[in-house]
Amino acid sequence: MRRFSWFNLTSLTLGFAFLYLPMLILVIYSFNESKLVTVWAGFSTKWYGELMQNEAFLDAAWVTLQVGVISSTIATVLGTMAAHIMVRGGRFFGRTLFSGMIYAPLVMPEVITGLSLLLLFIGIGLDRGVLTIVLAHTTFSMCYVSVVVSSRLVSFDKSLEEAALDLGCTPFQAFRLVTLPIIMPAVISGWLLAFTLSLDDLVIASFTAGPSATTLPIKIFSSVRLGVSPEINALSTIMIGIVTVGVIGFSVISKRNIARAEADARAAERT
Amino acid sequence: MRRYLVIALPYLWLLGLFLVPFLIVLKISLSDLNLSIPPYLPQLDPSAGWAGLKDFFSQLDFENFVFLTEDDLYWKAYLSSLKIAVVATFFTLCVGYPMAYGMARAPSEWRPTLMMLVILPFWTSFLIRVYSWMGILSNEGFLNQFLLWTGIISEPLVIMNTTTAVYIGIVYTYLPFMILPIYSALEKMDDSLLEAAEDLGCSRLQAFWLVTFPLSKSGIIAGCFLVFIPSIGEFVIPSLLGGSDTLMIGKVLWEEFFNNRDWPVASAVAVILLAILVIPIILFQRNEQKQREADG
Repeated sequence: MRRFSWFNLTSLTLGFAFLYLPMLILVIYSFNESKLVTVWAGFSTKWYGELMQNEAFLDAAWVTLQVGVISSTIATVLGTMAAHIMVRGGRFFGRTLFSGMIYAPLVMPEVITGLSLLLLFIGIGLDRGVLTIVLAHTTFSMCYVSVVVSSRLVSFDKSLEEAALDLGCTPFQAFRLVTLPIIMPAVISGWLLAFTLSLDDLVIASFTAGPSATTLPIKIFSSVRLGVSPEINALSTIMIGIVTVGVIGFSVISKRNIARAEADARAAERT
Repeated sequence: MRRYLVIALPYLWLLGLFLVPFLIVLKISLSDLNLSIPPYLPQLDPSAGWAGLKDFFSQLDFENFVFLTEDDLYWKAYLSSLKIAVVATFFTLCVGYPMAYGMARAPSEWRPTLMMLVILPFWTSFLIRVYSWMGILSNEGFLNQFLLWTGIISEPLVIMNTTTAVYIGIVYTYLPFMILPIYSALEKMDDSLLEAAEDLGCSRLQAFWLVTFPLSKSGIIAGCFLVFIPSIGEFVIPSLLGGSDTLMIGKVLWEEFFNNRDWPVASAVAVILLAILVIPIILFQRNEQKQREADG
């Protein structure tokens, strides 16, 4: 049995303190009574109350949620299709260009993606609003989905699909009945990743959002530019809380699924 | 028939919303600033036919790129972005390597938890993580309060709105990207190699330097690129933590577009930024390819 050495224990403790202390301070000081964010003046939840009264933030949160759900859903469909083409599609015209277009957005600086999409929307005369943010977010997050899904597609046995085709499935049926259930965990991870990226994005949204639609990161950014505020601390705490519960919950569920699948496999071997 | 639809849908989407927009940037970077809507010339007039097209192309020139080389704001911003990205990547490696090493050598029942602790910040909003440092680094912030309280310093340190704060921000936000590839390289390593090295007379430090470090090299390279590439075009960190003297090209592009409304110059800045990024991206791809071949 391996144990922690002193050196490793120290570097891990310091490292994780560095990763978590700033967020911990943020959470603690969101319950601060005082308006001054660095002076503790007693426990209070009043900033949460004020946040709930703040129409502008609530509106922005609603827009962000809508954009997130719509864009990540379209991105998951398109990204899964793209992954399937890349892994199983064989040769087709412009394959190199296609794979380039899948990978390029992953390394493209956000300012360039945002600028180029904005210039396109202006060029074709599309009014900036929820629609343009959705289009922009779908475009970059479908590439992330496709990378996640294709790594799963590469690792699973192609003969299962071929067997389905031999047994008379149409290609679409084979995909729906055989491939999709197997790659489902990757598809869900892809959706979650796309959703998080969309909720998180400031730069691309700033370029593609118009006066009619503001997302939460844009709102937060314009407010924190002026300095630290207890209201933003409260908002951040809520967001950190949701993510923590979500990630831990998801990992517990997927661990249970893996354990169940292993138990099934063992049971199948025994019979 | 369906097969073509499955190919066409994502293909056309990316053509229309990735490639075409980029070609528009390229075109506008060759145009001239003009007080009109949209604020640049020339505009393509499809009704003029072939003559209009010829006229259109004859008006494109490299003036904006010449301008970028003449005004020293721009090349200073490119150089300073590169410098900040290199230094920040180095610091991230210094913080990330011991953590990845500690994780890989941790008892195996601990590893999934440690892994989760590294990934969790990645799912948390980038903006909030950068913001969380604003309250720590400011003059009356927690770091200064703490240092004053311990008596290490007698005057508050000015960190907020300096390049140091930008380094801290980059190290903090990109740390998971450094840890994960190094961890996965170290985790694959066979312990018996270290035992063999020690049996053959290496000290532990020598064994680390001669065995562990070379075996984690591909992880280090991957991690460094994953930090370096996005740091160059970073916008949020310099604009929240950096000061007016922190020049980064992502911020310059943003200001050129939103404050000066000079679309052609902003586009030219974008084109050059991309040209600079091509080299590290290709090197990164090559490293990944080599790694895949070594694994396969």
